[in-house]
Amino acid sequence: MIIGIVDYEAGNIRSVVNALKTLRVSYLVSNKQEELSIASKIILPGVGEARSAMESLHSIHLVEWLKTLDVPFLGICLGMQILFERSTERDISCLGIIEGTIEHFAKVNAALKVPHMGWNDVMFSTNSPLFEGIRQGEFFYFVHSYYAPLTSCTIGETDYGIRFSAAVQKNNYYGVQFHPEKSGNTGLQILKNFVERC
Amino acid sequence: MLTKRIIPCLDVKDGRTVKGTNFLNLRDAGDPVELGARYSEEGADELVFLDISATLERRSTFLHMVERVAESIRIPFTVGGGLRTVDDIVKALDAGADKVSLNSAALARPAFINEASQRVGSQSVVLAIDVKRIETRWTVWTKAGTEPTGRDALEWAQEGVNRGAGELLVTSMDRDGTTRGYDNELLSAIADLVNVPVIASGGAGSMEHVRDAILIGRADAVLAASIFHYGTIRIPQLKQYLRSYSIPVRL
Repeated sequence: MIIGIVDYEAGNIRSVVNALKTLRVSYLVSNKQEELSIASKIILPGVGEARSAMESLHSIHLVEWLKTLDVPFLGICLGMQILFERSTERDISCLGIIEGTIEHFAKVNAALKVPHMGWNDVMFSTNSPLFEGIRQGEFFYFVHSYYAPLTSCTIGETDYGIRFSAAVQKNNYYGVQFHPEKSGNTGLQILKNFVERC
Repeated sequence: MLTKRIIPCLDVKDGRTVKGTNFLNLRDAGDPVELGARYSEEGADELVFLDISATLERRSTFLHMVERVAESIRIPFTVGGGLRTVDDIVKALDAGADKVSLNSAALARPAFINEASQRVGSQSVVLAIDVKRIETRWTVWTKAGTEPTGRDALEWAQEGVNRGAGELLVTSMDRDGTTRGYDNELLSAIADLVNVPVIASGGAGSMEHVRDAILIGRADAVLAASIFHYGTIRIPQLKQYLRSYSIPVRL
């Protein structure tokens, strides 16, 4: 099994790579569809900004491919947000796998400190294989200024002035708003679950 | 609920931890990576590594250490000390750091904060402010607290955030090393002013001090060095204590 990590200059790829190394999982890092197509699962990391990320994915011709994947996919942080239809972060059309629009926290409550940065708890709403062996209300590390709303695809939620999607799933597409690669052993467990169970 | 963060700070010189520690069973007490890993296992929420090396040559040693930290520790960490250019910042983040802490270089040229946050995002830019009270004013000092800048700390905090700093690391020079507690008046004055997280630093001597920095100073995170290094306070014990005051912590 090889995990393909999409390198689109919007991700903290090194942290994800280091986490996979710890798990002794084979991986490849690429921005080319023909190389990534060899992978049995795909991870889309992300730190940065939605419009640049989408523009970058368009420029390396991965948008259509990402929309029609039949292997398990895990989007992290921004990589989860762009599964949705739109982001209000410099108003951009995203992959549209999941219905809904990504909004800014300040729109909810101007007094909230933004970014939402630090460890917050996640309540799981389903028995997703992604959360196998992880207790309800476990803490994960978040850093983000925009959030995904709760939808029928929400499988984990977190409260920061508003309840938002901390994890989503639709068919073979999984996404987490937090950074499993920065969330200690529990975060590693999420990645391990994705590799072994999803 | 978003938890309050406990952040041990390690001073690193020429690739080695400067302050001693009480931790037992470390193969090498001087290795910052091993010490960082130990704090991470104990429940630290983040780590800060400050490079206090004097020469440029030694900085490559520091970058190498950053790579080793990133390989072995799975919690976020910030690096600071001697970052002068956007290129320095990119190198530190490429080596695996999550955030950089800027201080003297930002004071010398405030536009550095804008350039840094535009390049790597505000979430990765921490502005460190060393503050000394002079009569009724809080003033900002530079070059590891050796030179006054004449700047007002509250104005600088506000300016730093306006320029794109995503977090403030506020050190009270009056309290640093005294174990008399954090300057909660300073912390709450800054918390009132800005809408980014504030990290309290300088003066921790007891668990009560940490509690007060959060409850009175309204800090989002608390940084300390010696109380952790010398084993005065252990992180799990501190977190249990904070929880008994209904302060949200990750346990």
